[in-house]
Amino acid sequence: MFSRAQKAWLTVFFSCFVIFLYGPVLSIILLAFQGPEGGLTFPMRGFSLHWFEELWRGLGVVDISRGLRRSLFLGVLVMIFTVILSLCAGLAFRKKFRGSGVLFYLTIASLIIPSIAISLGIALQFRLLDETVKWLGQSLEIQWIIDDFQTSMGLIASGLGTHLTWTLPFGLLIMFAVFNRFNPSYEEAARDLGATPWQTFWGVVFPLIAPALVGVALFGFTLSYDELARSSQALGAVNTLPLELRGLTTTVTNPSIYALGAVTTGVSFLVIGLSLGLFWVLRQKAGNIK
Amino acid sequence: MTKPTNSILAVPFAMVLATFFVLPLILVVVVSFWDYTEYSLIPDLILMNYAELFYGCFDWDQGLCTTFATYLSTFKYVFLTWCLTLVIGFGVALYLVFCVRSLKMQIVLFLVCTIPFWTSNVIRMISWIPLLGRNGIVNTALMSLGIIDQPIEWLLYSGFSVTLGFVHLYTLFMVVPIFNSMAKIDKSLIEAAKDSGASAWQIITNIIIPLSRSGIMIGSIFVITIVVGDFITIGVLGGQQIASVGKIIYVEMSYLQFPAAAANAVVLVSITLLMVAAMMRIVNVRKEL
Repeated sequence: MFSRAQKAWLTVFFSCFVIFLYGPVLSIILLAFQGPEGGLTFPMRGFSLHWFEELWRGLGVVDISRGLRRSLFLGVLVMIFTVILSLCAGLAFRKKFRGSGVLFYLTIASLIIPSIAISLGIALQFRLLDETVKWLGQSLEIQWIIDDFQTSMGLIASGLGTHLTWTLPFGLLIMFAVFNRFNPSYEEAARDLGATPWQTFWGVVFPLIAPALVGVALFGFTLSYDELARSSQALGAVNTLPLELRGLTTTVTNPSIYALGAVTTGVSFLVIGLSLGLFWVLRQKAGNIK
Repeated sequence: MTKPTNSILAVPFAMVLATFFVLPLILVVVVSFWDYTEYSLIPDLILMNYAELFYGCFDWDQGLCTTFATYLSTFKYVFLTWCLTLVIGFGVALYLVFCVRSLKMQIVLFLVCTIPFWTSNVIRMISWIPLLGRNGIVNTALMSLGIIDQPIEWLLYSGFSVTLGFVHLYTLFMVVPIFNSMAKIDKSLIEAAKDSGASAWQIITNIIIPLSRSGIMIGSIFVITIVVGDFITIGVLGGQQIASVGKIIYVEMSYLQFPAAAANAVVLVSITLLMVAAMMRIVNVRKEL
C-alpha cells in the first residue's frame, strides 16, 4: 500500500524508535565500564571493571547481593505460581461457569487499578493483621507473640501476593489468547481413540500449549523481578532489588549504579534468551504432534 | 477435560485475587472513613479525610485547591503521554504490519519492540541521566555545535524528562495491541482500496484506523491507567517539584497517614474506573484476545 518513498520514511521512523528504545540503556551499560576517574556522564575516562568491583564490595549501607537474591527467589516463586494458577484458570475458562464473567472483570481490574492503591491496600491489610495477632497474643498471653512477633509482612506472604496481582492477569490473558486459537479436534481425536481425560491433557493439550506456558513463565518471572510500584509499601522491612535501586538513585553519585544496572539488565536478558530458546524448541515439538 | 467440575480449576486463581486484590481494596474504602493519630488507626465512620482532601476546592474565589491542581498536573502528563505513545505506537505497528514482508522478520522486529518490557523500569529511567544531565550528551553536543552557550537546565528533572520517560517506558503497551488488531485486517480490503485509487493516507484514515480501533482502545487503557497512578517515574525523573496523585498517596503513607492516603486512593481508583468503563463501551476486550 505504501510507495517506495513512504516505506523508506517508515523504516527511518522505526529505526529511530529502536534507537530511542535501546540507546539510553546501552549508554549506561557502556558507562558502567568507565575508568576509576570517570563520572556519571560521557566522556569515558578509560575502560575498567573498577565500578563492578565497587559494586561487589557493597554500596554503603545497602546490601545489594541480598536484594538480588531476594528478587531472584521471589521471581522464581511468582513464576511457578503464575504458570500453575493461570494454566488451571485458563482451562476452567474454556467453558462458561458461574462467576466466570465476574472473575474475568476482576482480572482486568487487577491489571488496571493504579498500583499505588493496591500497595496501600496490602499494607493496610497486613498492618491490621499484625495488630490483631498482637492483640490476640496479649489477651491469650501467648509468650512468643509478646516477645518476638514483629510483622507478618514479608517476601512469601505480602510479597508473593502483591506480585501475583500483577502477573496473574498477564498469565490469564495469554491463556485466553492460546485457547481462543486452540483447535479442539486434536483432543476429540484422542478421546475417540479411547484416551482418558488425563491422558488427553498430558499427551495432547499440554505439549500443544507448552510454548505459551513458557511465555507465561517469562512474564511471571520478569514482571516480578522488576516490580516496584506495587511492592513499594507491601514488603515491610525486606527490600527487593528494584526497591534498593530506586533508593540508590538519590544517594549514589558514581557509575557503580550503572554497574548494578548492567548486572540486572544482564540477568533479564539471560532469562529472556533462555525463554525464547525454550519456546522455540517446544514449538517444534508441538508442531510434530500435529 | 470437559467435565462440568472444570470450574474448580479456577478456584485457586480466584482465591489469590480475592485475598490480595479484592480484600485490600475493600480495606482501602473502609479505612478511608477511619480516624487516625500519629501512630495509630482508629476505626470510625467519619468524612473528615474526604473533607480535608477537598478542602477549599469548591471555594472558587481562592483559586485551584491542592487536590484539583494535583489532578490537573497528573492529567497533563496522562494526556501528553497518551498522544505521543498513540502516534508513535501506531506508526511502529503500521511499519511492522505493512512494510515488513517476511513473517520471520516481523516476529524478530516485534520481539525487538517488546524485549524492553521484560527489563527493569528503574534502569530504563536512570538511563536518561547521562543523556539529559547538565553535562550529558545532549548538552555537550549542542554546546560544541555552538547552538547554545549554556547547558539547558530543563532537560532533566523536569516535565520534559518525565514525559520522555513515560513515552520511553510505555509506548510498547500501544504497539502490541495495535499490532495485534492491524495484523488481522484483511489485506484484500487494502488492495481493493488501492485499485480504486485511494492514497496511502486515505487507506490509513478510512480502513486501518477504524479496523484497529480496538487495539487503539486497549493500548490507551493500559497507558492511561499506568500514568494516572504513577509516582515512580515522576519521582525519579521529575526531581522534587512535580506533583502527582500517586506521589501524594505515597508521601501520606510514608507519614503513616493511612486514612488520608486511603481517601485519596478511593478518589483515584474511582476516576480510573470511570475512564476505563467509558473506554470499554467502545470495545469488547474479551473478543479481541
